[in-house]
Amino acid sequence: MNNKTAAVQMRNITKTFGSVVANDKVNLDIYKGEVLALLGENGSGKTTMMNMLSGIYFPDEGEIFINGQPTVISSPKDAFDHGIGMIHQHFKLVDVLTAAENIVLGLKEEGRLNIEAVAAKVKKICDAYGFEVDPYQKIYNMSVSQKQTVEIVKVLYRGADILILDEPTAVLTPQETDKLFAVLRNMRNDGKAVVIITHKLHEVEDISDRVVILNHGKFVGDLITAQTSAQEMTNMMVGRAVELNINRPEPVDPRPRVEVQGLTVRSSDGILKLDDVTFTANSGEILGIAGISGCGQKELLEAIAGLQRTESGTIRYIRDDGTAENLVGKDPLEIASMGVALSFVPEDRLGMGLVGNMDLTDNMMLRSFREGPSFLINRKKPRLLAEKVVKDLEVNTPGVSTPIRRLSGGNVQKVLLGREIASSPTVLLTAYAVRGLDINSSYTIYDLLTRQKQAGVAVIYVGEDLDVLLELCDRILVLCGGKVSGLVDGKTAEKHQIGMMMTKLGGEAANE
Amino acid sequence: MSNNCQPNGHTRVNNQPLFHITKRKALPWYYTWGIRGAAIVAALLTCAAVTSLLTGENPLEVFQTIGYGAFGTTRKTWILLQNLAILLCISLAVTPAFKMRFWNIGAEGQVLIGGLATAACMILLGDKVPNAVLIATMVISSIAAGAVWGGIPAFFKAKWNTNETLFTLMMNYVATQLVAFFVIVWEVPKGAGKIGIINQDTMAGWLPQIGDYKYLLNILIVAMLTVAMYVYLNYTKHGYEITVVGESERTARYVGIKVDKVIIRTMLLSGAVCGIAGLLLVGGTDHTITTTIAGGRGFTAVMVSWLAQFNPIVMVLTSFLLVFLDRGAGEISTVFALNHSFGDILTGIILFFIIGSEFFVNYQLNFRKNTGKEGKANV
Repeated sequence: MNNKTAAVQMRNITKTFGSVVANDKVNLDIYKGEVLALLGENGSGKTTMMNMLSGIYFPDEGEIFINGQPTVISSPKDAFDHGIGMIHQHFKLVDVLTAAENIVLGLKEEGRLNIEAVAAKVKKICDAYGFEVDPYQKIYNMSVSQKQTVEIVKVLYRGADILILDEPTAVLTPQETDKLFAVLRNMRNDGKAVVIITHKLHEVEDISDRVVILNHGKFVGDLITAQTSAQEMTNMMVGRAVELNINRPEPVDPRPRVEVQGLTVRSSDGILKLDDVTFTANSGEILGIAGISGCGQKELLEAIAGLQRTESGTIRYIRDDGTAENLVGKDPLEIASMGVALSFVPEDRLGMGLVGNMDLTDNMMLRSFREGPSFLINRKKPRLLAEKVVKDLEVNTPGVSTPIRRLSGGNVQKVLLGREIASSPTVLLTAYAVRGLDINSSYTIYDLLTRQKQAGVAVIYVGEDLDVLLELCDRILVLCGGKVSGLVDGKTAEKHQIGMMMTKLGGEAANE
Repeated sequence: MSNNCQPNGHTRVNNQPLFHITKRKALPWYYTWGIRGAAIVAALLTCAAVTSLLTGENPLEVFQTIGYGAFGTTRKTWILLQNLAILLCISLAVTPAFKMRFWNIGAEGQVLIGGLATAACMILLGDKVPNAVLIATMVISSIAAGAVWGGIPAFFKAKWNTNETLFTLMMNYVATQLVAFFVIVWEVPKGAGKIGIINQDTMAGWLPQIGDYKYLLNILIVAMLTVAMYVYLNYTKHGYEITVVGESERTARYVGIKVDKVIIRTMLLSGAVCGIAGLLLVGGTDHTITTTIAGGRGFTAVMVSWLAQFNPIVMVLTSFLLVFLDRGAGEISTVFALNHSFGDILTGIILFFIIGSEFFVNYQLNFRKNTGKEGKANV
């Protein structure tokens, strides 16, 4: 370890976006001949950090040394000139071109393009590390894993010896992941520096030599993978949250309200997103949903709200009088017209829950604008509602005619939640309700949700902060890769236990 | 944009950009209009400079001539208003589609097909049915024809997500060819290759003239359409749905708006209003049909609509500006014996500045602060 040379040293790197501090004085070393895992929860600043290395962002403060020399990287081209190549989560390939054409795209080589020579060089790279790429295959004919391979070959072709992979396994099957890891090991043995950004613990254990952990934009640890444990990494990744004091009254007369049975959902490109999910959400109770991002939380809520096509399974809504309705196959309007008062605070507030360019009044009537027989719209009631929400939830806005995109994240969320609660729902679905909010706004939101629970609403709370989930929720459903990993009691469960269940089906008990 | 000199060696690179562009926060209205006003002044100054340099004419005289071309005589004023009315009508038609982010560049074809339907009624039914029935038929068939022409691409977009830009554009050519075909079918006299004035003796199917003013009816109809469209877009449930679908289809689905239905309905409306423009052109003023009656206004309308940011009332101003410049440019070419292109150059300069000013309304340039640290790095 000590005799290895540092390929990259990042010193005191700070990057802010508006008022959000994405990275706060982070130090990071990358060594040659080593696989480094950059571990952290969503929004912990992993990708931002690497984007500064690959020239996409420019740090506000701090210095970058490459091979010991101070370096300014202000464009992806600079990064390539220094041998840094990044493989992004979203591939940047031209669909109608072949692999070889994509690989040389943007390279300024002398003379005429000799695609055979390119193909030969591609073949050489592939043989060296154990890739399989057909240089003449068009991108649109390729599987996701093949596209990723092309991306990797692309950066190697440009002579990269520092490779950064942003959550490379998110789109791969386990078999493809094994193949990728084999290739990464070959590269490491060849003396290249490899960084993989991830939040999956078993992958860290599987592939990395060293792990750097970030939490809320800050550096928390630099460990030798072989000398640490999943337990320790979980602790560091989740971090010690601020002392929270969320009032958790007992559930009010809990009765089954939403019964989900064997729900299976595939995304439009056929990837299994939810696999045989079964649970019940009770009225007068907050049901937390924990899981690593992208484990089916979004699909689950959208399926209940009638926005996601399901493959199999049922979602039953049970009324107070015991009658039930199946919500599968219904759109939001049909669900509402059956008298099911279902509110949904989606993750993407401005892209789905609200319209950024419309003012508060117009956003208030998004769900209710159809009311009344008139062809014309009546803005009187929505305006009163907007004024009420602004007053009750202390929304900081110049007025109700301000376009919503000018409001800060916390205020946007208050408006959205205010509207959804105003329709007096019996089921309230929330996805990452406090993401990006400051502590005070977060508390306001927790308080609102608890009051809804006391009013007998079945609240489903998808969250990412385990401390909050444990203090706020009565029961917590843990998802892992689209499957139910377990259901725990919010009052008695341990954070580590949930953390293990998030990364391995069934937690410690299962041996994968 | 950046001082992009080649890095001198691999480790001492500093090409941090000279300035970077950021999106502005909200600006007060007087600031925005200040920027736009300044753009027009700058445009006129540039025009004056270009005129003097290229032609040696006195720029003030040129500007005067533009004004004369637009408003010089009563007749010129009426022509200006008529052109304004037709351009505004087509702009009103494309606006709901654009507000929905449906790139309808097929207004040209929708106008043509509306005009063709009108002409067909006039030729086939003229003198066979009472004039009132004939006019009613013309109105209905032109609106229906325009709506169908707009509805076809919308249907394909809604069902199979086809590209509406390409589709509406292609529909223009189909419409042009249809008109060309029927011009030959109905040509008078045989072999003339054109239709000539339809029903010249009986004036059957000619839209009624109000008093002595040939163009007044068109102008009044478009004025009413403008108000109606303003109300439709801003104060009706349909208009609200259009806004939501345009801003975010995901939000629209989330609140239970049937996006497919809104797309088709809105394009039927857009096409129908284009059909009315065709009716006004063929039945109201020209009384004949050629492949060029729309005269590119289907495309100019796109600019009118965007410049006004989809506000029908503001579109009166933007379409006035474009028609005014066009009429003025024509006058310059006759008075100064300059090529018509010179008028186009002036129009181009003015539009360039006006459209360019929107960049500065939305974005600002932040210049790099030259701190001592960077000074050192630059050595």
